[in-house]
Order: sequence, then structure tokens, then C-alpha cells
Amino acid sequence: MKRSTLLNWLIVVAVLALAAIPVLFVEGEYGGADGIAQEAITESHPDYQPWFSYIYEPPSGEVASGLFALQAAIGAGVVCYYFGVARTKRRFAREAATAAAAAGGSANVSDRPQPVDARDS
Amino acid sequence: MHIAEGYLPPLHAAAWGVAAAPFVIHGARAVVRQVRDEPDTKLLLGAAGAFSFVLSALKIPSVTGSCSHPTGTGLGAVLFRPPVMALLGTIVLFFQAVLLAHGGLTTLGANVFSMAIVGPWVAYGVYRLTRQLGGGLGLGVFLAAALGDLATYCVTSVQLALAFPDAASGIAGAIVKFSSIFAITQIPLAISEGLLTLLVVRLLVRISPDELRRLRILPAASATPAASKEVDA
Repeated sequence: MKRSTLLNWLIVVAVLALAAIPVLFVEGEYGGADGIAQEAITESHPDYQPWFSYIYEPPSGEVASGLFALQAAIGAGVVCYYFGVARTKRRFAREAATAAAAAGGSANVSDRPQPVDARDS
Repeated sequence: MHIAEGYLPPLHAAAWGVAAAPFVIHGARAVVRQVRDEPDTKLLLGAAGAFSFVLSALKIPSVTGSCSHPTGTGLGAVLFRPPVMALLGTIVLFFQAVLLAHGGLTTLGANVFSMAIVGPWVAYGVYRLTRQLGGGLGLGVFLAAALGDLATYCVTSVQLALAFPDAASGIAGAIVKFSSIFAITQIPLAISEGLLTLLVVRLLVRISPDELRRLRILPAASATPAASKEVDA
């Protein structure tokens, strides 16, 4: 494995460890920080009444977690689509360059490095 | 984790809305200009927005025994400059406020100000400073994303402290209190966000160096061999 690929995997492992270590070693309810802030407000300002409520609230925790998963899935889909497109574009550019080099020799070298076909596919 | 619906007094909510609005309008123009002037980077711009979409959906456990989520705005701020993230971050926050009962419409202005304006600008400032001090691309991106993330939640703490000062210790005491809820929780998450943003930029350097050159993240090189060297560096 190439050194830079190895480093990329180490980054992934570090991120997973950062999330896992608290769960393993720290006792807690693991509620949301926003909920804890709300409790703190209610505690210090018991007379404060939230003056507006959500126009739509997911009917249950299950539905909410599904919507959060959907949000992550849409985002990850777009990010990965980008990487797929970019990678394919780069491969085609490289193959075209190899073919041009094989056919034309050094005359075409100047237009090889810039894969100008970086148009959206 | 954003300020929940209705949890800022009307005056504060309106003031943050007024403060955030010009940035968002400016950001919308910046997005239009970016797409028009450099259409080749359109897809990457979408990916940067989507990155923020993913990261702000991930609620991650932290050392304080509670959960929060990263913001994902540092990547777009470094690649496309902060104004575009004012719009993209607002879209993410609006989606969560309307569909997920997370954040809120009345607190949208305050949440936009912290996540879509201050966070990206801090990220961009840290990135530029690191590069000028001779730091590499990787270090610059990591610090930018991590500190931008942390700055977002420091602003959230200050916003809540201004609205709900402590009876005994005033605004300063309330800042300490809300920081212990938001900012401390956020430290490991900020490191995670820095690492994930670093990972994405490392992949971009390998896979789309041309786009990065166009965005002047990589120096304009004259030939490909130099680029492949950059990847391994």
C-alpha cells in the first residue's frame, strides 16, 4: 500500500476512535448538547417560555433518526458522485495522453498535461 | 447542535436575523458568480455543500457524555472562500429546522451567524494565516476546519449567554456555563472534522488537482509530473 493511502486509512481510524473512546470510557446519557442547553436555560430562567414551536416535528425518535440518515445519505451520495466523476475524468485524460504519446511522439506533449476536457459529464 | 426553536427572545432572534441577512444575500451572489465564472468547479461546489450536509447530520458522542455534530463548513470556506458557505450553510440549517425539528426558524438568524458566517470566516482566516506562516496545505486545512467548527459553538455559547445572563455572574458567567455545554463537547468533534476535511482535500489533490489549481489551492503548475509529485508529498 502506498504511504499516502495508508495515511488516509489512519485518518479514518482516528475519527472512528475519537467517537468510540467517549462511549467506552465515559459514563453519560449522550443526549444532545442542544437539549442540555435548554435545560440550563430553564434552570436559570424558570419563567422563560419558548415563544415559538416547530412547525413540523417528526412523530417519533425513529422517524427523526431516519430523516437524519436520509440527510447524511443524500450528502454522501453527492460527495461520492463528485469523486466518481472526477476519477473517471482523470483516467480518460490519462488514457488519451498515453494514446497521444504513443501515436504522436513528443510533438503533442504540450497539450497532454492539461486535461481540458474537465467539462461536466 | 444549534439553538432550539423559540429559545431566543424575539428581540435577540430578530437582531441576529438582521445581522446574518446581508451575509446570506452576499453569499447567494457569490454562488451565482462562482457558477457563472468557473462552471468547471460547479460540481465541486455542490460536493462542498453536500459535505456540510453529511457532517451536520452526524451526531457524535463526546468526552462530556453528550452528543453534538460537526458543521462541515470549513471545506467549502477554504476551497471557495467563506461567502458561498453563508448560503450553503443556511440551506443546511433551513432543512434541519423545517424537517428535523433541529435548530429552528426563529433562531435561524443566530444559527446562520455562528455556523454559516463566523465558522467559515474563522476557517478561512486560519487557513490563510497557516499558509502564510509556511504551513503546508494539509496542516492549513486541518486547523481551518477544526477551529472553524470550534468557533461556531463558541459563538453559539455567547449568543445564549447574551440572551440568558446568569443571575449572579452575569453574561461572563453565562458564557462559561454555555461554553462548558457546547464548546467543550465540541473539542473532539472539531478534531474529527479537521481530520475528515483533511481526508477529503487529500483525495481531491490526488483526483482533481486541476480544479484545485483553478481555485488556487494548489500552485498553478505547468506540467503534470509536478502535480503527481504534489500528491505524494
